[in-house]
Amino acid sequence: MPDASKIMISIQQVGKTYNKGKVQALSNINLEVAKGELFGLIGPDGAGKTTLFRILATLLQPDSGTATVNGNDVVRDYKAIRSTIGYMPGKFSLYQDLTILENLEFYAAVFGTTIAENYEQIKPIYSQIEPFKHRRAGQLSGGMKQKLALSCALVHKPELLLLDEPTTGVDPVSRQEFWEMLQLLKESGLTIVVSTPYMDEARLCDRIALIQKGNILSINTPQGITDSYAENLYAVRSDEMYRLINDLRTLTGVSTCYAFGEYAHVAEHTAIGLKKEDIQAFLLKKEHKNIEINRTPATIEDCFIALMKE
Amino acid sequence: MKTFLAFVTKEFRHVMRDRRSLIVIIGMPIVMLLLYGFALSNEVKNSRIAILDPSKDEVTLALVQRLDASRYFDVTEYIDRPEQADEMFRQGKVRAVVVFQSGFQQSLLHTNSAAVQILADASDTNTGNTVSFYISSVIRDYQNELLAQQKLPYRIQVEAQLAYNPQLKSAFNFVPGVMVLILILLCSMLTAVAIVREKETGTMELILVSPVRPWMMIVAKALPFLLIGLVNIGVILVMAYTILGLPMRGNQFLLVAECGLFVLLALSLGLFISTRTDSQQTALFISLVGLMLPSLVFSGFMFPLENMPKPLQVISNIVPTKYFFSILKSVMIKGLGIQYVWKETLVMAGMTLFLMSMAIRSFNIRLS
Repeated sequence: MPDASKIMISIQQVGKTYNKGKVQALSNINLEVAKGELFGLIGPDGAGKTTLFRILATLLQPDSGTATVNGNDVVRDYKAIRSTIGYMPGKFSLYQDLTILENLEFYAAVFGTTIAENYEQIKPIYSQIEPFKHRRAGQLSGGMKQKLALSCALVHKPELLLLDEPTTGVDPVSRQEFWEMLQLLKESGLTIVVSTPYMDEARLCDRIALIQKGNILSINTPQGITDSYAENLYAVRSDEMYRLINDLRTLTGVSTCYAFGEYAHVAEHTAIGLKKEDIQAFLLKKEHKNIEINRTPATIEDCFIALMKE
Repeated sequence: MKTFLAFVTKEFRHVMRDRRSLIVIIGMPIVMLLLYGFALSNEVKNSRIAILDPSKDEVTLALVQRLDASRYFDVTEYIDRPEQADEMFRQGKVRAVVVFQSGFQQSLLHTNSAAVQILADASDTNTGNTVSFYISSVIRDYQNELLAQQKLPYRIQVEAQLAYNPQLKSAFNFVPGVMVLILILLCSMLTAVAIVREKETGTMELILVSPVRPWMMIVAKALPFLLIGLVNIGVILVMAYTILGLPMRGNQFLLVAECGLFVLLALSLGLFISTRTDSQQTALFISLVGLMLPSLVFSGFMFPLENMPKPLQVISNIVPTKYFFSILKSVMIKGLGIQYVWKETLVMAGMTLFLMSMAIRSFNIRLS
């Protein structure tokens, strides 16, 4: 565990419910993020990612447990936190009737600074949308909106950047660009917490937490998570993929089978020792044609599915 | 301070960008004022009346002629039997029927008295009252002329003078009343949606994560609308003076200052509603339905407060429009100075401060 001065976020036993306790959004979350880290919260919709972000951004109070940002309590010291973090909500939250420049000027002024003062900080991102600075935010494309939102979150030189699903609904090229920008920001020493439902983005983080139904399933480096996948995993294909998946699910020793690109991933039960030959024989008996079976290393998604099963 | 200025600039931009709303905000009071000032009026002009005159002598003919000649009445029907009067009212043909006794002049000359009956349609109370009052005056005038020809030892000359509004122009009552209504509804609606809109569109989520203080957001929201309110007041006052012929007897600065205070009060009320609601629809509904009725009923503009049952009179004390309506009439029509309206002014200022601080207090610094 890193020493206290290097910790940016510390979350202990945080729980949160909605509708007077009927909906459990988070249950007993424990999490630590070090300074300078690019930390990813990976999980499907409804996992509790946004709730966790709102607690860290001091917008919601946890029902139980404590959370601190740079040593400040999210409930008691909310004022101190609010002026030192940059937050980008999942929903575009800038003023649609103001232009790019006006939005940015406004957020700079709200934090008592100016665009000119912190131009270097936002330059890599802002320079891409600067040619359109007199265009109203409501008329921007998804990628440009996201760049503007990031510029606004950065314009006051925050210590911590909270990005709630920044790439949801953004085209693949812009997504890639966005992650390149995050790497740049990380190199400048900024701590970044980012959430995403896309597993392929997870490996770009320093560490990730897999989150599901308000619980953290695992916290590790992306490599650490895939390395901890102990069982055999096979990528299988044949001419009839749909029947293949249904058939494989009936094979003894198979834990799950799911479509993965043009293959079906077959995960075995713990310590069964499912062999390639077993699958081959089973599929021949079921009269599948053009069978292809390879052992494959686990991806984050495979790990997530395995953890959800537990 | 820089933060606050940023907010003010932002709010002005929002308001100025939304051209369509701006036109409605500035245009609506003009339309409403013209509508109320001209179309709606409880004055009696050219009211149709019917005459039942069995005697048809010199005196009755002279009286009928006088009634017809006055700008208040048009004699349109002559009837022969009293029962026809009911039919006239039922069909809405006339507002009043004047019934002379038979042998009117004879009776007047020989017994020194003659009877005339006025039947008025009082389904509209005000009009019925006014019509019968006017008819009586016309007859009384004639009688006075008759009396002047004879020398009588004692005479009581009643001369009523209607102060401030000798011609009983309804605009004198309607214009201040409409001003009160327009200003409170418009201004409170404008701010009622202002904060809740940011909650609805999600911009609040981001703006809260900043060093902004509730008072900055709330005061900044009110400023552009205060300016709009003052523009509206200017337009209304100029229109009232030029087109509707209202007097501006009092000090103009005092008048504008009182109007400004009232606008601020209405804006604070709207802001208070806005911080307490979760959707623009609710906020609009509360400010429109919740304010319209009390403002109308308890301002004294349509119904005199003194005639209300005691409990309602007590309730009227918390309705801001009551104070402003009274101030408007005092300053505009009666030409009174601050020494006559300081109490009302103080109450309005107190209400403004109270509502504003309540708005700031109930501003949610977190999401729900």
